[in-house]
Amino acid sequence: MLLDALTLSLGYNATLVAVGATLLGIAAGVTGTFLYLRKRALLSDAISHATLPGVGLAFLVMVAFGGDGRALPGLLVGSALSAALGLILVQALTRHTRLSEDAAIGAVLSVFFGAGIVLLTVIQTLPSGRQAGLDTLLLGSTAGMLRGDALLIAAGGALVLALVLLLRRPLLMVAFDPDYALTRGLNLHRLDLAAMGLVLAVTVVGLKVVGLILIVALLIIPPVTARFWSDRAGTVVALAGVFGGVAGYVGAALSATAPALPTGPLIVLAAFALFVVSLAVSPSRGLLAALLAARATRARVHLRQGLVTLGQGLPVHEGYTRRLLTRAGLTRPDGVPTEAGRAAAAAALRDEARWRLLRRETGTEAEALVARDDGLTDLAGLLTPDQLRALDARMARPAGVTP
Amino acid sequence: MASLDLIAEDGVTRPATDPAGQALALRGMTVSYGGAPAVFSVDADMPPGTMTAIIGPNGAGKSTLLKAALGLIPRVSGVVTVFGRPIPEARDRIAYVPQRASIDWDFPTRVIDVVMMGLYRELGLLGRVRARHRDAALDCLRQVGMEDFAPRQIGQLSGGQQQRVFLARALAQKADIVLLDEPFAGVDAATEAAIVAVLKGLRDAGRTVVAVHHDLSTVADYFDRVLILNRRKLAEGPVAEAFTEAALSAAYGGRLATAARDRNAG
Amino acid sequence: MGAEFVPLSLTPILIGTFAAIACALPGNFLILRRQALIGDAISHVVLPGIVVAFLVTGTVAALPMMLGAGAAALVAVAGIEAVRRLGRIEPGAAMGVVFTAMFAGGVLLLERSDTSSVHLDVEHALMGNLESLIWLDATGWGSLLDPAALAYLPPELGRIAVTLAVIVVLLAVFWRPLALATFDEGFARTLGLPVSLIGLGLVAVAALAAVAAFDAVGSIIVIAMFICPPAAARLMTDRLGVQVAWSVVFATLSAVLGYVLAGYGPLWLGMQDAVSAAGMIAAVSGLILAVAAVAGPRRHGAAGAGRAQS
Repeated sequence: MLLDALTLSLGYNATLVAVGATLLGIAAGVTGTFLYLRKRALLSDAISHATLPGVGLAFLVMVAFGGDGRALPGLLVGSALSAALGLILVQALTRHTRLSEDAAIGAVLSVFFGAGIVLLTVIQTLPSGRQAGLDTLLLGSTAGMLRGDALLIAAGGALVLALVLLLRRPLLMVAFDPDYALTRGLNLHRLDLAAMGLVLAVTVVGLKVVGLILIVALLIIPPVTARFWSDRAGTVVALAGVFGGVAGYVGAALSATAPALPTGPLIVLAAFALFVVSLAVSPSRGLLAALLAARATRARVHLRQGLVTLGQGLPVHEGYTRRLLTRAGLTRPDGVPTEAGRAAAAAALRDEARWRLLRRETGTEAEALVARDDGLTDLAGLLTPDQLRALDARMARPAGVTP
Repeated sequence: MASLDLIAEDGVTRPATDPAGQALALRGMTVSYGGAPAVFSVDADMPPGTMTAIIGPNGAGKSTLLKAALGLIPRVSGVVTVFGRPIPEARDRIAYVPQRASIDWDFPTRVIDVVMMGLYRELGLLGRVRARHRDAALDCLRQVGMEDFAPRQIGQLSGGQQQRVFLARALAQKADIVLLDEPFAGVDAATEAAIVAVLKGLRDAGRTVVAVHHDLSTVADYFDRVLILNRRKLAEGPVAEAFTEAALSAAYGGRLATAARDRNAG
Repeated sequence: MGAEFVPLSLTPILIGTFAAIACALPGNFLILRRQALIGDAISHVVLPGIVVAFLVTGTVAALPMMLGAGAAALVAVAGIEAVRRLGRIEPGAAMGVVFTAMFAGGVLLLERSDTSSVHLDVEHALMGNLESLIWLDATGWGSLLDPAALAYLPPELGRIAVTLAVIVVLLAVFWRPLALATFDEGFARTLGLPVSLIGLGLVAVAALAAVAAFDAVGSIIVIAMFICPPAAARLMTDRLGVQVAWSVVFATLSAVLGYVLAGYGPLWLGMQDAVSAAGMIAAVSGLILAVAAVAGPRRHGAAGAGRAQS
């Protein structure tokens, strides 16, 4: 069953939905990266919650004109309009009042959502509204989906993705370096607007699959995950697309295997699983790497301080430093330096003396070197043997003097 | 002996002065924001009744050192003592004036309320604010020339006025040591003069003042001691001895030409 | 006011008002700390909390539900902090990662477990059932003095009243350090104040408010009341105490007006059934914020207020 799902052999509709979810995931990941890099990730939360009143109003309007209130295209248009209004209000609140963006986002999302719920209860009292099933848009539902809707989702996903790929270059430039983008003649305001438009499109297409409460996850989690793996803009965008696509595909395929497996939550949890793994093991920014690096820095600092102390012929008292020295074979357990320890201590003092000398010298080369002195870098590693000999020759006093 | 314990924790022993005799003593202070140390193995002594400038080029770790000394950011190694005691036992003796830019000046509060914050350790959780507390706060505002601004909203103040309010809050703490992070950044000349006068008054009364400072031309006028920093400590002592061409050259490198000119001009 | 007011409307209005105030009080500080969306995050994770509590205990009793929701809120806050610090991710994104994942987990658990027999569904979690918290044993205002009738007050009223009282007391006691740590964290730390603990305590109080309010009125009100009344109050004054007072006024106004509009508004418009009171209360709070944003005397803040000469 699982294999069937993952190989897209569960029927035409399920396949369409899986393809749509994959495309949507890629588009969401790429779009979300622009938001994330602009530090506005939760803006998407306001946009998605603000779709609800639009859905309700669209339903009422379509019914009033004698149509089927459940027609997905109409609902999506309504949701896009009200989300756009919500976005405008967030920006108006931040620009024209003292409120910060997080307060504006929270206010808009809760109020629009509340208003949407009011409309949903109105719809439920209508004769045509009893079976409206609009609440499935809250959490998404692909079970028993109409073929037309499935096609719409697949096509919508493809369309959004195409738009994102089309705009990715200028958006990237704005996200990474707004000032540079300005000097290149890019219209910052218009590009921000374009990015918001893409978020809106992703949200609207995602309503039926993931639902409006969880679509924000697809816009946030893949970019955050991708950021763990690269510092390069293009790579982050590409990886976010890959992670989003994988999450969409796996989630949709899994949910097709049983009726009680809702698509939206599965997609989000798949994305979250990728996040957790990345957080743990990413080589540059992951937990494990950070933990090891912090420990290593601590050990190097204490070891160096201990060696300088030994070099001055003084005893080391602190337990941690003593243990480090002994474990490295530089001191005996009673704190007396070994042969290797004496040599290392003398080397540390010599290095300190070289740095001291270098700091007194002028010239751009010396200054460039001094800028790299963080207390842990061995100067000998930065100079050629000839330069080192020349430096040592300039030293007024021999290394390893005890004050 | 307190100093022996201190040395034992530190792991580095030097023929340093006895920390117990110092208002503020740092030993082996190393701070890292994850990677290479931003401040490496700094020892420093601030004797009572002195006024010390911490100087160094941008990114030298001046504010970092100050914040780490106060325990605001974690340190990789090192020990800090205040009159020979660890910081948690000496909170009442330290007043801290943060960088003005670190605050949301739109916060709904008045000038007098900010100064009253300096009385927190006196008032405690539920202590009633009495007339004498209010008078004490107003007196501190008077010392910095801001008593007329007591009922103002803090967002209505100019940068210099905000800095003076912060100094008044530190005065309200009646601390023996006042640590200031860039107190003259972005303030007007009148404010700068007023702050210097107040700080010199504190020093003359036996208090200890330590300020992160960036204007080399005023070091000799304002301060009596200097700590020159560029990730490592490069010099420390009375201005006449430590504020030398060589030490500045070691700290500022190519920027020394400008630095020296400023110094001669000042 | 008719005789049916007391049995049908008094208790829901009181519960709604208490819930609104309980959320608005900590909301003031969350907004000043730029943590407004913590309220959003907390109210989302209430759902997984109660689902897990139900799966563990097998009952829908109020206490285990509230404990589960409270535990989930704390897990979420700890998770957000961990992701933010350890992964060096900006707070908004860290929140977005954690609360959506937990909410998704909650929905999945709900769908996978047999909860059809009990009244536990997403819609209820969102909207609450304020309208059903009626006091059938009351016959009129006199019932307020009638012990027999009072014994049958909806239990939600007692719970939210106690919660509100606890929050008011906590806020009063810790007002000074809370204000200090919110204004100037570094300075507060040098005074020896446990700044992280204070921050955590505030979030815990917010979680308490969210859970108790959620029990009675659903998540929507919770988010709206955390943010809208304090945000509107922020546009009215430059004094913290006055701001908090305004937020209480706005919260009360939203709850009362919202409930009345939801119950009677449709009738005035010629429709037969009431609409969601929770949704209407959120909508009214939004209208109040809109008015404050257009006409609040302090809407522009320090930058627009003009600076005094130095």
